[in-house]
Amino acid sequence: MADALLRIEGLTKRFGGVVASDGIMLDVAPGELHAVIGPNGAGKTTLISQLTGQLPPDAGKIQFAGLDITTLPTHRRSALGLARSFQITSLFLDLSVLDNVALAVQAHAGHSFRFWRDARSETQLREPARAALKRAGLEMRADLAAASLSHGEHRQLEIAMALAGKPRMLLLDEPMAGLGPEESARMVELLRALKREHTILLVEHDMEAVFALADRITVLVYGRVIASGAPETIRKDAEVRRAYLGEQDAEAVHV
Amino acid sequence: MTAQINVRSVFIAALLTVLALLPVYAALTGNYFLMTLFTRILILAIAATSLNLILGYGGMVSFGHAVYLGIGGYAVGILAKEGITSGFVQWPVALVVSALAALVLGALSLRTRGVYFIMITLAFAQMFYYIAIGLDRYGGDDGLTIYKRSQFGDLINISNKTQFYYLCFALLLGTIYLVWRIVNSRFGMVIQGARSNDRRMHAIGFPTFRYKLICFVIAGTLCGLAGALLANHTDFISPALMHWTRSGDLIVMVVLGGMASLFGPMIGAVALLVLEETLPILIGAVAAPFVGENATQAAEYWQIVLGPLFLMVVLFARGGINGLLAGARRG
Repeated sequence: MADALLRIEGLTKRFGGVVASDGIMLDVAPGELHAVIGPNGAGKTTLISQLTGQLPPDAGKIQFAGLDITTLPTHRRSALGLARSFQITSLFLDLSVLDNVALAVQAHAGHSFRFWRDARSETQLREPARAALKRAGLEMRADLAAASLSHGEHRQLEIAMALAGKPRMLLLDEPMAGLGPEESARMVELLRALKREHTILLVEHDMEAVFALADRITVLVYGRVIASGAPETIRKDAEVRRAYLGEQDAEAVHV
Repeated sequence: MTAQINVRSVFIAALLTVLALLPVYAALTGNYFLMTLFTRILILAIAATSLNLILGYGGMVSFGHAVYLGIGGYAVGILAKEGITSGFVQWPVALVVSALAALVLGALSLRTRGVYFIMITLAFAQMFYYIAIGLDRYGGDDGLTIYKRSQFGDLINISNKTQFYYLCFALLLGTIYLVWRIVNSRFGMVIQGARSNDRRMHAIGFPTFRYKLICFVIAGTLCGLAGALLANHTDFISPALMHWTRSGDLIVMVVLGGMASLFGPMIGAVALLVLEETLPILIGAVAAPFVGENATQAAEYWQIVLGPLFLMVVLFARGGINGLLAGARRG
């Protein structure tokens, strides 16, 4: 695909003897929801960390919107429109929910060397923040301290913050992790709604959610891409079944 | 809601009123010692307020903040010794030199975190301390007497104790106002975000280093102003201005009064210095019936009382005195 929004070529990362990313090739087309799955230790988070610039790759290239971003620092990538949600909730717990999102808006509203005006009364920060909260279904929680939210709400807040910067692409790192069945269902609905307007790279453990949402799926095992394609193809792929899904899990996927 | 704000607001309003009326009391009673003490309190409150900007709001635990007291003080003292007594020269020089020092110290120390940051700020402060000791021309270890306070022409005569007191009071209020504007601005949100979760700030697109550095420079500059005031107040400068225990005192003021609260450092400065003055007297009075003439000696150990007091605040009142007052609203 020539017009991929995100293109990963030969991405490689080693930690001592462990190869966490082994020549990963991956394209994400604009508007696509591309899921990356794989068992624990497959290198999914390592992949995300390299995409966001928190880990430098040992080899390979990352292209975003036609630009080589392999060596760009995190904040520059974010400014280009690559937004990330964290697997382990990483919020500003002592600030209010709205402050959390407003900071994400502010990050994309030019430099912040503005020392005088009350940031909490600036509508150009607060309004988009409220809108993002609303999309994530958290508008009722805006004025609470982020620390007082439930785990599921923290995940929603993560999404709201990722949305706040009007990103061109969302990198979602296991948004379902640790959610109960009800919360998971709500998150799937939320992602389904977002999918129509955003390009998403979804790293997820929850098979049901992945097969329900993804346009294409890439399967990672020990840092290597063993299969990539539409959900139907992946479901039938013999190697995927053997290496990743396992015999009994393969049945579960068919449900 | 209204009842909630009240305990703390009333206390702060009362404290500000007392501070505003203190010179009147001093004039009526002739108790000028009290005014000298409180001038000192106001100046150190400015320094503590500036420290709170980086420590309380920014989470940068600088253990060398007194270095700017020293730099501001020495700027005034050295210029005075060289015959330049105009405050219009001395004070801007004090501010600019403090800002430059903070820029260099910050650029080096903000690359470290946690304990390393504490140690490197302490190390830099000690470096300046020993540089000051080495300044033989300006008194070295013994310090330097300033024979003429900063001159401001007809604008204000700071040799007049009352005028100087009100200048310090106004500058303290100005500093608090400035910090209030800063911490609620976009810049302040970045600083508080970096305190809360620096990694996340990078992830959402903030290069936090430059913001923290500018914050560090603002705090250093404001503390340099306190240094210029302090030199004029004591008519004397010495390396002791920036001894590490002085940096410790400033941290105690901030923590005691309440980190990340606007008036906390002021409350802490008042509390610490008033305790410093009254505890020895109190202990002396309490000890007198038991140990007789040795009571004066007992009074020298007033810190035995101050230490546990401070410990209690750290352990049981994280928000300091300000937090206790805010908590009282629910009681």
